[in-house]
Formats: sequence, C-alpha cells, structure tokens
Amino acid sequence: MSSTTENIITVKNLVKKFGSFTANDHLTFEVKKGEIFGFLGANGAGKTTAIKILCGLSYPTSGELSVAGFDIYTQREKVKRNIGYMSQRFSLYDDLTVFENIRFYGGIYGLGKKEINSRTNDLMQRLGFEAARDKLIRDIPLGWKQKLAFSVAILHNPKIVFLDEPTGGVDPITRRQFWDMIYEAAHNGITVFVTTHYMDEAEYCDRVSIMVDGKIAALDTPENLKRQFGAQSMNDVFIKLARP
Amino acid sequence: MRTILYIIQKEFLQVFRNKSMLPIIFVLPVIQLIILVNAATYEMKHIRVSVVDLDLSGTSRKLVSKFQGSPFYQVKHTSFSYAEAEDEMKKGKTDMILQVPSGFEKKLLTEGMAKVQFVINAINGQSAGLTNAYSTMILLDYNREVVLDNNNPALMAGIRTIQTDYSYWYNPKLNYKTYMVPGILVLLVTIIGLLLSGMNIVREVEIGTIEQINVTPINKIQFIAGKLLPFWIIGLFELAFGLAVGKLLFNIPMEGNLGLIFLSAAVYLFVILSFGLLISTVTSTQQQAMLVSFFFMVVFILMSGLFTSIESMPEWAQKLDRLNPVMYFIRIMRMVLLKGSGFADISSHFWSLVVYAVCSLGLAILRYRKVS
Repeated sequence: MSSTTENIITVKNLVKKFGSFTANDHLTFEVKKGEIFGFLGANGAGKTTAIKILCGLSYPTSGELSVAGFDIYTQREKVKRNIGYMSQRFSLYDDLTVFENIRFYGGIYGLGKKEINSRTNDLMQRLGFEAARDKLIRDIPLGWKQKLAFSVAILHNPKIVFLDEPTGGVDPITRRQFWDMIYEAAHNGITVFVTTHYMDEAEYCDRVSIMVDGKIAALDTPENLKRQFGAQSMNDVFIKLARP
Repeated sequence: MRTILYIIQKEFLQVFRNKSMLPIIFVLPVIQLIILVNAATYEMKHIRVSVVDLDLSGTSRKLVSKFQGSPFYQVKHTSFSYAEAEDEMKKGKTDMILQVPSGFEKKLLTEGMAKVQFVINAINGQSAGLTNAYSTMILLDYNREVVLDNNNPALMAGIRTIQTDYSYWYNPKLNYKTYMVPGILVLLVTIIGLLLSGMNIVREVEIGTIEQINVTPINKIQFIAGKLLPFWIIGLFELAFGLAVGKLLFNIPMEGNLGLIFLSAAVYLFVILSFGLLISTVTSTQQQAMLVSFFFMVVFILMSGLFTSIESMPEWAQKLDRLNPVMYFIRIMRMVLLKGSGFADISSHFWSLVVYAVCSLGLAILRYRKVS
C-alpha cells in the first residue's frame, strides 16, 4: 500500500524466555508506517508471544522495542493510546449489545458521546449491521463478531492495529470481506500488524516475516520470498522454511 | 473519571442482564431472614421428658405436673422402670429423664429434705446446660411452694435465701430474633459482596476480555474503582432492603443512628469487595475463586460471634479474630441497632474496619497487573 520509509515499529534483539524455554529468540525487524505487515509462523512459533510484548501485555526478557514512536519500557501508556488490538480469543462482551460494546470501548479511549454515536451509526451502515445494533453479541454470527471486533479495535483511530489470527474459524467469503476491511484501514493510514497461518492471506501483505522456532527465518515481500525460495506460492515458501 | 463511569455502566448492565441476579438480590435476603432467623434459635421448647415416678404421692405428682404445665417441657413417656426410660433416651425419643425415688414425700416431710434426679442427654452441651437450668428453676419454684403449703418449721429454716432481682437490658424480652437479624444481615451483605466481586475479574480472564481491557489506557485505579463501585452500591442497597424486611417481618429495634450503620457498612463493604477482588486476581477460574471465597466466608462467619459468643472462645482464637472483618461489623450492627450506641462507642471497631479497608484495597490494587 502506501508504504513510506518511516519506521513505526522497531524491534532489536527481542528475547522472551519462559523459564528455560525461549519463545522469542533475538527478533530484529522494522515495520514501516502504513504497511500491512504479515507475521507468519506455525502454531507455537512465538507469534502471539511477540504480539503481546508489542502491545504492552507482557514484559520482554531483553531487547529494544519502540512502538508508534514510544519506548515499550518507559512509555507504555502512550503506546497504548496509539494502538489497537484484536486478540485470538474473542474480545467483545457476549452479554452486551453491539452498541453497548462500542460505547464501552469508545468511552474508555475518551471519545465523547456524540462521537461515539456518530461513529456507531457510520460503522453500522458500512457493515450493514443496522438491524443488529441492539442485539446481544452472543446472538450474532461469528463472522459478524470478528468484523465488529476489528472495527472496535480501530474505533479510536490508532496508529497501529495488531491482529492476532483475526480470521480463525471464519468462512472464505467473510475472510475476503475481512481483508477488504484491513485494506481500508491501511488506506486510511493505519499500520496493520497481522499474524495468520492462512498462506493465501500472506499474499495480501506488503511484507511478510516467517517465524520458525522462535526465530525470524525470512522477511521480505511475498514476491521476493517466492523468488528467493523458487516457490509458486507462499504456501510452498512456508513449507520449505518450516520443514527443512 | 469518565472512564470509571463507563466501566460502572458496563458492570451494571452485565449484572442486571444476568437473569439469576435479580432473584439473588431481592429474594435471597427475604428467604435468608425468614429461614435463618427462625431456624437459628437459642430458645429451647418442647424438651421431651421421660418421667419415672416411683413415689406416686401427691407431692411427686405435683412436681410432675409442674413440668407438664411448662411450655418448655413435654412429657413423652412415663414408666416405673428407670431402665425403660433410659432405653427411650438411647433411641433418641426423649431428652431428659426425671426420676422421683420412692419415699420422696415422706422424706421431705420428716427430714425436710429429699432428692430427685435429672438425667439429661448432653450430646449438645449447650442445650443440656439450658435444660438443666430450666429444670432447676422449676424445682426451686416448686420447693418454695412446698414450704409455704406445709408451713413446716423444719422446712422454713432452709428458705432464707437471697432473692435475685434481675432485668435484661437492651433486649428485655430476651427475643433471640432481635439478636439474630442484625447478624444475619451482615451475613447477607458479606455473601453477596464477596461472591459478586470475587467472580468478577476472574470472569473477564476466563472469557478473554481482560486482554482487551489491558491494551487500553485504563489505569489500575480506574479499573479497580470501576469494578468496586457497582458492587458497593448494590451492597448498600441490599443492606437497606434487608433492614426494611427485618423491620417489617420481625420488628427489629433500631435504637441507634441508621446513618452510622450505613457509614460503617460503606467501609465494611470496601473491605469485603477488595477482598473479593484480591481473590479474583490470585485465582484463574471462577470455580477457584468461588472455592477460595467460600473458605474465607465459612471461617469468618463461624468466628464472627454470629452464633457463638466470642468471649467464650479460647484466647488465641480471640486474638486471631481481630483479623476477622465480619466480627467487627456484626458488633457494630448489634451495638447500634439494639443498644443505640453512638460513634464513640463503636469507634474502635470502626477504625479497625477502616485500617482493614485501606490494607485490602491497597493489596488488591497492587496485585492487579496489566502486564504479565
């Protein structure tokens, strides 16, 4: 997309250990402002661990990290004001309605009443959810929930949004629609950091890093990676890397 | 501040959307008051007596009729064999045996002294003590009558006893319900408060929303305040509701200042709720939180002086009880409602609760971590 050369995330030698197990082994990478950065890896490769550290949910063991221009150790709260996060697990309240969820998260990020209302209306219209506005989250389909969770994660116009396997368990059509939403967010200047293990999704990313056993095994654009590994698709690249 | 309001709004929505919550808040107090207050009685009624009257004289019959006439006793069984009476007690059919030996009347009139025997089932020591006390009273009463009826100088000599004149203060009719209701209300507020708050954060951990909260700029104090205040309001409301039910159903006295009750309750609820949140932060599932809450609740309540007197506990237990917040609040409730105590009278209990509240709230804030 509209990638610039300005780095919005800088990670140098990030290490995270759980006892003797090293989940992240000296990760070093940059994410450029406005790009869609794919963070790939098999289950247990250390993707979620890294994303949690970048979001300020977990302390790194060592390493230098800057997110949205702020240091993760000393300016944690400023980092949080500027990021959105959608976790693997479902993150909206089941027993609240669509609107009540939006109002709660909007309110927490300091949006005013009018702003919350206008953004909700806007959102409902764009997603075609008008009829579901006052339905409980538990009563709407999974695909809708995912789209809504994503919309809530970027409700406060963050600089970066972190998506941790956002399309797990969703049908292909909804997945495609979800990626349209991601493109739209990127188009509006939000940097997208997304983990996935659907390799077709990797093709949609501007740049992709592939993690194997806690290390970054490759990092480049999908085209370059395919060329480098002499592969037809990202799927082949991944299999070559993950199963040497 | 606005952030806190948004959290409070959300918590209230969730509490009242939960269909089992409203019955818990409104029906539980009424049921608890009606059942517990009536069931947890110290009074003894219908003590079942087995009579073994081997004398069969006018005097012995009068004694037996004294027991029969008392509302506390019920003569269940009469026999001429002590062994048979003992059998009845073993079967659990009677609580006490009254044995009058043969020659009772004759001995009384000639020697001026005679003996009867009470055999009391003392499996429950407390009720056995009460049975003995009641029976002795009846016997003393009867004794006086015998002396006056017979006008016997030999007996008259023994009657120069000191008469005690007594009056019961603060609960003149010795109505145990008056004593129980304030304590049961404390129980109610404690259970509701501890369970609601204890399950709360851990529930968000279980469903995963806590992560979403933790990536927002909400700070610890806002989070804890937003979590505490809704249950604090519900707890105070619960107390008001319980007091109203107590007044309507049992006409409990309210001698003291209700403002003082609510001031103490406000502090007490902070203790209980932050204790619950603390449990919530150290457990990882709702079941765990529930079990830990129950453990503390049972210990606190049994040692609170609600059913047994604290003064009769061993000294080490009394010292340990200084850590029991329930004990302080039950004392305050009883003192203010029954005696009409003012702030000066309850101040030591009150300040203990304040210290407790500050410590447990501080600990809950300290323990809650946004970052793992």
